[in-house]
Amino acid sequence: MKEIFVNPLNKNNPVTVQMLGICSALAVTSKLEPALVMALSVTVVVAFANVIISLLRNTIPNRIRIIVQLVVVAALVTIVNEILKAFAYDVSKQLSVFIGLIITNCIVMGRLEAFALANKPWPSFVDGVGNGLGYGLILVIVGFFRELLGSGALLGFKVIPDKIYEWGYENNGLMILPPMALVLVACVIWVQKSRDK
Amino acid sequence: MLNTFINSVFIENMIFAYFLGMCSFLAVSKNVKTALGLGIAVTFVQIITVPVNYLLENYILKAGALSWLGESFRSVDLSFLSFIIFIAVIASITQILEMIVEKYTPALNASLGIFLPLIAVNCAIMGGSLFMQQKAFPNVGYATVYGVGSGLGWLIAIVGMAAIREKLQYSDIPKPLKGLGIAFIITALMGLGFMSFSGIKI
Repeated sequence: MKEIFVNPLNKNNPVTVQMLGICSALAVTSKLEPALVMALSVTVVVAFANVIISLLRNTIPNRIRIIVQLVVVAALVTIVNEILKAFAYDVSKQLSVFIGLIITNCIVMGRLEAFALANKPWPSFVDGVGNGLGYGLILVIVGFFRELLGSGALLGFKVIPDKIYEWGYENNGLMILPPMALVLVACVIWVQKSRDK
Repeated sequence: MLNTFINSVFIENMIFAYFLGMCSFLAVSKNVKTALGLGIAVTFVQIITVPVNYLLENYILKAGALSWLGESFRSVDLSFLSFIIFIAVIASITQILEMIVEKYTPALNASLGIFLPLIAVNCAIMGGSLFMQQKAFPNVGYATVYGVGSGLGWLIAIVGMAAIREKLQYSDIPKPLKGLGIAFIITALMGLGFMSFSGIKI
């Protein structure tokens, strides 16, 4: 049980190893806050979708399972979206379409297909939480460096003192641009692979 | 309208500006031929789903969109259903398309067959519909042009990527960076290249 939870954090990380859910992983990471909210939303959706599909797994006909999965996920994402709109409106504006895109996030579908369809609800829940957190981990790492190097701030608070700016330090504007997210993920993969070897 | 097209192909490219459809982009870009097949399939589905979702959005889902049914429906707002409706439309259109292609054009089916079911969960398709909803185009023509443009942009990106990766087999890359890592870096460099298009207006 512990393995189901710990593996996706590193050895079997959904983003860097399973290559799932990269789509939305990158666009929301120019700041740390949306990255955290996104990570949390995905974790909730994956965990509960896993439980629901796992409960239904013996009643879903094989041919239409994709549509059933999509409907369950879409319903969960709608709930998450409405909650965000109600309690965190600014962040939900920043995330714009990417909350909706959790539906087609390959992590959700991938875990449903690979795990929930063949396992009991409780392990499925743990698997969902683990994979959501593994995904969130990458998101937070990327978001942390992009906000720190790109705007000299974390969660909106300035962390790099003004003194350093006076000495000639400049924020790296490149970090805010979308392509740098890809380079950062590549670096994470690089570090991870050379360490795990 | 031309501006919408250019904008959606180059400046707001699905992959380089929003990273949509990355999963299949990375998985299928190992050779040019299959990449082209998937690119065409995505464009095709995009051309159909964006206008269909546009019509659904404007005549059924949006606040006040049901007013053609009568005065009492003017206050109905079904927009919270849009995720479910959009994904249902996309899933069923890919299913129908698969059946049609299988029945009438076996040659096309042989080359596209495996990709069509994958498209239902391609973020670029869902993303196209969601951006369409956000941009609030004035009529269905614009929505169609946006669908064509975003599909073509995706096609250009994946074919270019596949061509580079084919050449890359002969280069000497640090071992831990091989495969996925280098693919990310190439995408980033291509993205930087595409950024030079920003600001173009016709």
